[in-house]
Amino acid sequence: MNKSGRERLQSIRDRVKKEQSAKVTTVTVGMGSCSIAAGSEVVMKTFIEEIEHNGIEDVIVRKVGCRGMCSSEPTVEVCMQGIPTILYGQVTEGGAKKIVHKHILQRRLVNNMIFDDPGQATSKKVCNSYGTETAVIIFDNEYGSQDYSCDDIFKDFSATVIECKLDKDVQIVKAAEKKHYTAGCLVRILPDNAFLCSSKGDVDDIIDNAIVRKEEIATLAPLDEGCTQKKIVLRNAGRIDPESIEDAIVHAAYVGLEKALFESSPEEIIEEMKVSGLRGRGGGGYHTWKKWSDARQQDSDTKYIICNCDEGDPGSFKDRSIVESDPHTIIEAMVIAGYAIGAQHGIIYIRGEYALAVHRLQQAIREAEELGLLGEDILGSGFTFRCNICLGTGAFVCGEETGLIACVEGRRGMPRPRPPYPSTAGLYDAPTIINNVETLANIPAIVGKGGEWFSSIGTKSSTGTKVLSLSGKLCREGLVEVPMGTPLRNVIAIFGGGIRNGKRCKAVQTGGPSGGVITEENLDVPIDFDDMAAKGSMLGSGGIIAIDDDDCIIDTAKFYLKFAANESCGKCPSCRIGSKTLLHIFEKIAAGESTPQEKAQIFDLCKAMKKGSLCGLGTSTPNPIISLLSQFESEFLAHIDDKRCPAHRCRALITYSILANKCIGCTMCARSCPVDAISGEIQKVHVIDQEKCIRCGECFKACKFGAIERQ
Amino acid sequence: MESGPMQEVSQAVLEKIAEHRDKPGALLLILHMVQREYRYIPRAVAIEVAKQLGVPIAQVYGVITFSPLFKLKEPGRHHIGICQGTACYLSNSDDIIAALEELLGIGVNGVTDDGEFSIEVIACLGCCSLAPALSINGKVYGKVTRTQLTDILATCRGGDE
Repeated sequence: MNKSGRERLQSIRDRVKKEQSAKVTTVTVGMGSCSIAAGSEVVMKTFIEEIEHNGIEDVIVRKVGCRGMCSSEPTVEVCMQGIPTILYGQVTEGGAKKIVHKHILQRRLVNNMIFDDPGQATSKKVCNSYGTETAVIIFDNEYGSQDYSCDDIFKDFSATVIECKLDKDVQIVKAAEKKHYTAGCLVRILPDNAFLCSSKGDVDDIIDNAIVRKEEIATLAPLDEGCTQKKIVLRNAGRIDPESIEDAIVHAAYVGLEKALFESSPEEIIEEMKVSGLRGRGGGGYHTWKKWSDARQQDSDTKYIICNCDEGDPGSFKDRSIVESDPHTIIEAMVIAGYAIGAQHGIIYIRGEYALAVHRLQQAIREAEELGLLGEDILGSGFTFRCNICLGTGAFVCGEETGLIACVEGRRGMPRPRPPYPSTAGLYDAPTIINNVETLANIPAIVGKGGEWFSSIGTKSSTGTKVLSLSGKLCREGLVEVPMGTPLRNVIAIFGGGIRNGKRCKAVQTGGPSGGVITEENLDVPIDFDDMAAKGSMLGSGGIIAIDDDDCIIDTAKFYLKFAANESCGKCPSCRIGSKTLLHIFEKIAAGESTPQEKAQIFDLCKAMKKGSLCGLGTSTPNPIISLLSQFESEFLAHIDDKRCPAHRCRALITYSILANKCIGCTMCARSCPVDAISGEIQKVHVIDQEKCIRCGECFKACKFGAIERQ
Repeated sequence: MESGPMQEVSQAVLEKIAEHRDKPGALLLILHMVQREYRYIPRAVAIEVAKQLGVPIAQVYGVITFSPLFKLKEPGRHHIGICQGTACYLSNSDDIIAALEELLGIGVNGVTDDGEFSIEVIACLGCCSLAPALSINGKVYGKVTRTQLTDILATCRGGDE
């Protein structure tokens, strides 16, 4: 490739930019794994068919990757000239047809289908966009009745805009999604204003002052949600077609690569990484520049860059999403990393189970090779770098650096002692850098905009942003990217929507199987490597799992121990035997069969695992156990001393009995019992045979008279 | 370990083994290829791989037995993987496992007599917003309930999968 390689890249940028600025309507349909499982392929097909069937011109239907709104999928965004860009969620085949007929053909937004993309900047006090693109979206609340309801707000807004003859320019719509405010209903005025509305006066003020006169409202402040997303890693996720290199290129893909190869030396790039302060995003939190610098200094013709996409932490799905949504960012980052350390070979080690991500990566590599962005003499720079994919085999411990290397080399993926570290002697004994997907996805932006820009975001010890995978008992699960330093409480409330069914947040598990729990009182902890470690947990890979009062800490501890016992490679006795023995003790506790001696044994075993294990799996297995037992000591003691499970989850510790003063003999409980443990005549008090009872809870669910007592 | 008559290694597979055997990391590449081709690693093929790569058969089985993705026996035509990630566990995936065992009359890691279904508990699928989730031959089903299971199995039997 000669100079024409760079020219070809620039001409793609110019051409596609022109094509995409044409005034057409764009409909983008989310097409990540969660979207597809929720039915987005059918939705996309419906859009294409309806548009064709109705002869509608100048509409493009595209797929995009993951928007991070996993529990609202399938999501569809419609961008039309003259009306605000709208995001619809949980779209069905019927919903797609409504969007085509109402939104696209009649230019009227569809009620009860709009979803919120949380964390938009809402500090603006006046609505600057009225006149061309204004929509008022009203969100009802899940709980709590207000004197002035969402329906009242909708009626009054609709009536007032008609009175003021604004109804053609200002559309009023009710959202599908429900929020959790108590002081009023969220009203978003697209694109970037938000207020909490709780009276007719507020409605009049918003229309009169903020929208028409473009003035601040004296009595109503804009809603400050306390946190906003900042998308660096996810900058293109949900915006570009992950199967089109041209779409990636027009969204700044490979700008960083050109800057690195043609305007910087490898040492300058490493220096930029040092200034950025980027720390590993896979869980270790190690300074990226140090690893790169170590590898750079090794005198070897052969060096390797490995992208670790083995994402084994249960509850973490950010790496899958990044690769499914923006595969070119990883390729670009690996070329830059290779240039910086002097490596010509790249391997992307990715879970075999991630079929869609693998497919998109394979395509992206092919496309990059065709355009001279990978291979010999990249873009005429003189730098050669090749990349291939290596599939993982389903073992968690192969996510550990030395286990990963063993696996790629065709051996059992068992970790080995360090030193030597992989940066000195790694794959086939050559200097090797292993970086997590998210770590790499930051590189093009850092090289493009500078390390100083990156370090101005976040906190002093944890610069930049963090992608968090939210799951568990939340109202809304998905992916968010926030500046480091954002309080965890705000992440749970604003992005997670709080706990489902109005329940209390008991704790938040962070850092996966190597982490711990942060209790409700401590949720103000900032998202930060050091701050979270100080609270007895860790940030890790950014998995955030919320638990409520129905979750038992013994049961949760058992889950993590079962995981560790299954995944232990077996090399170190303290991990191999320790994890199994701890699991056995916790199974006994859950069955009400533990002995007082076993209380002390738990902590001795934890200490032994920490001291005697070679790798992070063994040394960090005790972390969630110690965290759970110390934060919830009374619940732990209730199980051991009182043989009682306060969360009613450990079946052997639950007793169901019938309250004679409440039972009317309707026989519902007897009929629901799968083992015929309940007896009694019609209209006579029933009784449960405790010997036969399997504590499944079906009678408790079936009784309409509160006559079943659960202890 | 697998029992029964030794399978013949097909010409196509022999050619693929020969194609990859001199590449770095050949064993892993080849085992993935065999797993894709047969849906498990037949003993005859494992022996052939060891022969072609010039490594002891124990080394090949060392890697196979370390890796949940590589199977020692043929799964059912519809292989059901129930996710055991944290979010799925908290959403009572254990009940889904119990229900499947009851409906199919087999335990986890078993195969039905007619060879149609097998059940496995698998590592986190990374679809936590769809908990409890399961996958059948790679297709993900989310927010699965006991009542939906009968329909899902019927769809598989009906040949839509």
